[in-house]
Amino acid sequence: MKLIPACEEDQQLLRRLEAEAGTNVNLCYQCGKCSAGCPAAFAMDYPPRQVIRLLQLGMVKQALKAESIWICASCETCSTRCPRGVDIASLMDTLRREALRQGLITDKKVAAFNQAFLNGVRLFGRTYEAGLLLQHNLKTMQPFKDAQYGLPMMKRGKISILPAKIKNRDQVKKIFDKVQQLGGE
Amino acid sequence: MKLAYYPGCSLEGSGIEYGMSTERTADILGIELVELDDWNCCGATSGHNTNKLLSLALPARNLAIAEQMGLPMLAPCAACYNRHRNTEHVIKNDPEMRETIAQLIEMELQGTAETVSILEVLANQVGIEQIASKVTRPLLGMKAVCYYGCLLVRPVEHTGFDDPEDPQTMDRIVRALGAETLDWSHKTECCGASLVTSRPEVGNRMLYQILRNAKEAGAECIVTACPLCGMNLDMRQGQVEKEFNTKFDLPVYYVTELVAWAAGESRQAVGIDRHFVEAGRYLDEVAVRAEKIKAEKEAQAQAKAKAAAQAKKAGDQADEDPEARQKKIDAMVKAFEKNPDKMVKRLIEDEERAAILLEVIREDSKKTARLAELMVDDAEKASKAAEAYVTAELKKRAK
Repeated sequence: MKLIPACEEDQQLLRRLEAEAGTNVNLCYQCGKCSAGCPAAFAMDYPPRQVIRLLQLGMVKQALKAESIWICASCETCSTRCPRGVDIASLMDTLRREALRQGLITDKKVAAFNQAFLNGVRLFGRTYEAGLLLQHNLKTMQPFKDAQYGLPMMKRGKISILPAKIKNRDQVKKIFDKVQQLGGE
Repeated sequence: MKLAYYPGCSLEGSGIEYGMSTERTADILGIELVELDDWNCCGATSGHNTNKLLSLALPARNLAIAEQMGLPMLAPCAACYNRHRNTEHVIKNDPEMRETIAQLIEMELQGTAETVSILEVLANQVGIEQIASKVTRPLLGMKAVCYYGCLLVRPVEHTGFDDPEDPQTMDRIVRALGAETLDWSHKTECCGASLVTSRPEVGNRMLYQILRNAKEAGAECIVTACPLCGMNLDMRQGQVEKEFNTKFDLPVYYVTELVAWAAGESRQAVGIDRHFVEAGRYLDEVAVRAEKIKAEKEAQAQAKAKAAAQAKKAGDQADEDPEARQKKIDAMVKAFEKNPDKMVKRLIEDEERAAILLEVIREDSKKTARLAELMVDDAEKASKAAEAYVTAELKKRAK
């Protein structure tokens, strides 16, 4: 077996990620309660316990490239149940954001969805559901995905073609711009 | 009660019936909802998946508006509730971050706003009795599982109004409406709403597990308090049935739809006609069951009351304190000694026969005692016995 020593750079990155997540991976004693309770673990390459293990071993790049971090649904079951108080959900969040910063996105669909969602909020101050679905479908090259729901939703008054807008859209747009300047996406 | 109201994007879109029924419910229970002026989207999962500052700044703008209103802010959507509670927590405990956020949103931010969930308001602030008192159309016979989903009760240090593993507030509300709520294991499992668009193969399996567990627990419907869960379980149920080759047919109600419906609102007013899984038929079925159960209960109550009345009558004789009875008998014997002629007349109308009885009892104190005892217990029997004594005496004399 080839052992890769954790380099200083990885350690520094890990400390930064832990600070952002507000938690400490060395608290974890690998009991696996997080993986046992995770409702999405069945689809993950590394279940939550193993993601923490990767971090403990300083294998931060592997953790950032894990598909798991994009499958995590942010339900916070893991953090609620962890007997050592490790905020795993917050770590997952932090890993996703770091993967975005480094351009290491394993799951383009989830990231594309998030981007489409936030674009709507940036422009209108509200979620623009119709625009979101359309944009997501175009970006991910699946134009007819969920198309069967379009008309029934409209019939039930659950989606409108035109976006709902707030009055002070400039305020929300400014929040996005400032966040970006501070070193956001 | 007066609350600032943050509907969130879903309650005006995909979860429109949740919005409609929340407003109806507030009206019924006398809660005044004042919509937050010019509120913005909280950023939801996409926000915190993408940028931490953004995920705090978006809810913070709403909290700053709520602060100005000086009212607790109701956020019925579980995701909005969760994001705002999270932001509140950061603002309250991290002064440096509060400063950063205040600069980002260019608004004053004290950290005084408080976001409340609909379950907390209904179960703990309005109160179960108050809700029960508004029920005109009880949901007797309804078999429901309450589905809280992930974000309403987690993380507990941010939410805190109910247990994160086995919450009860919604169950209490639904039971107050007359329905039966069943125990099941997927109460707080995540439905995968954030994944169904981007990763349907993952999201649909999560949905399937929840629907299957509800069905196995014996549920005939699911009750929720989250527009993402509601929409997901309702709209995609057909797709999940197809994918897993099974049939669930589980109507999915918002807790507010049931409260408003049970309080007499029309289906249109609460949005029951906007569901994907047909939801009106089951309510009709429940109404029929409720009538039947009510009639059965009434019949049972009547039978019980009747039985109780009979038991009371019998009990008056049997259960009487033996000492009191003996006192009465002694008094009766004394009366026989003092005024025998009056006493025999109470037993026998016919004067001649009464005179014979008088002679009989003068000679036989045992018979006097027996008659006294019978007169205390049952006047009719006493008369019969007296008649029998006279007849026997007459027969004896004839011989």
